[in-house]
Amino acid sequence: MSERVLMKGNEALAEAAIAAGCRHFFGYPITPQTEVAAYMAKRMPKVNGVYLQAESEVASINMVLGAAAAGVRVMTSTSSPGVSLMAEGISYIAGSDLPMLIVNVQRGGPGLGGIQPSQADYFQATKSTGHGDFHMIVLAPSTVQEMVDLVAGAFELGDRYRMPTMVLSDGMLGQMMEPVVLPEPTGDELPEKPWAACGHGGEREHNVVNSLYIQPHDLERLVIERYKRYDEIKRKEQRAEEYLTEDAEIIVVAYGASSRVSRSAVNKAREDGIKAGLIRPITLWPFPDDAIGKAADSKKTKRFLTVEMSMGQMVEDVRLAVNGRKPVEFYGRTGGVIPTPKEVYDQIVKLSGGA
Amino acid sequence: MPKITSKPHALTDKPFHYCPGCTHGIAHRLVAEVLDELGMEDRTVGIASVGCSVFTYDYFSCDMVQAPHGRAPAVGTGVKRARPDNIVFTYQGDGDLAAIGTAETVHAAARGENITSIFINNTIYGMTGGQMAPTTLPGQITQTTPYGRDVSEAGYPLRVCEMLSTLDGVALAQRAALDSVKHVNEAKKAIRKAFEYQDEKLGYTIVELLSTCPTNWGLSTEDSLQWLRDKMIPYYPLGVYKDIKEVRR
Repeated sequence: MSERVLMKGNEALAEAAIAAGCRHFFGYPITPQTEVAAYMAKRMPKVNGVYLQAESEVASINMVLGAAAAGVRVMTSTSSPGVSLMAEGISYIAGSDLPMLIVNVQRGGPGLGGIQPSQADYFQATKSTGHGDFHMIVLAPSTVQEMVDLVAGAFELGDRYRMPTMVLSDGMLGQMMEPVVLPEPTGDELPEKPWAACGHGGEREHNVVNSLYIQPHDLERLVIERYKRYDEIKRKEQRAEEYLTEDAEIIVVAYGASSRVSRSAVNKAREDGIKAGLIRPITLWPFPDDAIGKAADSKKTKRFLTVEMSMGQMVEDVRLAVNGRKPVEFYGRTGGVIPTPKEVYDQIVKLSGGA
Repeated sequence: MPKITSKPHALTDKPFHYCPGCTHGIAHRLVAEVLDELGMEDRTVGIASVGCSVFTYDYFSCDMVQAPHGRAPAVGTGVKRARPDNIVFTYQGDGDLAAIGTAETVHAAARGENITSIFINNTIYGMTGGQMAPTTLPGQITQTTPYGRDVSEAGYPLRVCEMLSTLDGVALAQRAALDSVKHVNEAKKAIRKAFEYQDEKLGYTIVELLSTCPTNWGLSTEDSLQWLRDKMIPYYPLGVYKDIKEVRR
């Protein structure tokens, strides 16, 4: 299926998940992710899959937990307030070493906030999605095509490292239509899950999927083992796109929707002779420390400018990666307001010492 | 010496951690005996909840998943939808099933989810040290109702089987007790029927077991059983509240 089709981000993502062998979807309605669930409700019965609308996000993430524990490829999608409700379940899923995919089509917050695009869930996605020491792998697409391309990989990473993965989208990417080439459905067998709770069939000891370890030393040992896996992921799985960074003096760092705006601003700056470039993190956890660090070491780099649709969240990770080597500035709009290329361009001009 | 009895195969060799006189042991054994008799252990997945029975995952020989507090019916739903040929049961106390997990319980029942809930009602939060439960009786003294449950402040207890019996998705809702041989035998029959109905995909099944908590009630084993008879059974009458086969007849 190499044909290009015009699709909404949310629907393309859903189709890509089905192509990746996902046959179980549990969710609860919330704007602006509704198309994912609606698409799944339409498509899953046609591929002998399961679509189930839960009574709440609390329930849907726990249905995901159950299906993941039973060893199937499973996902849910929601938007910001929904992730807050799922936080408990995500922590249990991480503590039980279960793979599953959660899509967050971000909207403005805090509280009921708004329904327009936002990137204010960066902290929630990368630092504190629930209680306890744990991480999710967080992938941030910036086009409908990339949304599709990242989904299969998200399932595979989750299976490989036995942990939850999140695609961090937003209301703009979810709602916009772009041409996209959908992947071929996977003909591959999904990976074996010998740890799954699906009936021992009299052939093995019982499997227990659990996150409770009442002895402190046992719990500590398991968490430390999990963090060794996290270290491996940090070494192997960092991803970022670098655009015109080679000779750049001003390096804009932005992901997802705000990276599209930033790219336009960088292009405009280049037209005006300003040496601007863009680093676009694709993995938010693990954060692309290496790409940012390399740019911070470059003699050409003078300043970093982080652009987000939030009051400044990822900028903290940019500062940690830069580690004082160069100044790191921030520009953001929030509450569902999308920055314009002109606004970002003006920031670049200001930092370059221009008018 | 001839062997005349043994523990059910569906129980592991791990010793129970329960307090002396607690009826969890009886409930565990009944579930395990039923799994043995129906030959279901091999394809069963049990869902452990939060509370004293959290360690059921160590006690049942079938595959087990430990669920967040109150979420066992949602976790069980996920397992069952992923593996429709598995037998899935949740094992939950009153705080788990009827307070924090009320929504998950009601909606699993309303969907007619083909899972079985074993519901331990002992009118108290056991593991956390004896606080008021959704099933604590009016006037009952607990750690958080030190002057007795005042219904004008704390409201009234939930009668779960009665409530769920109104839902079309429920195939069996039955309340039994673990205080006497007669009642224990009735309880076992109810559990067996629940698993059989699940296997026939008739809908959601729940067996409520009136149980004791001597430690947090501050009573001896014997007095606890008497308290169950004198106080609990009048408020929570035993019997079948819904049986889809009876309704159809």
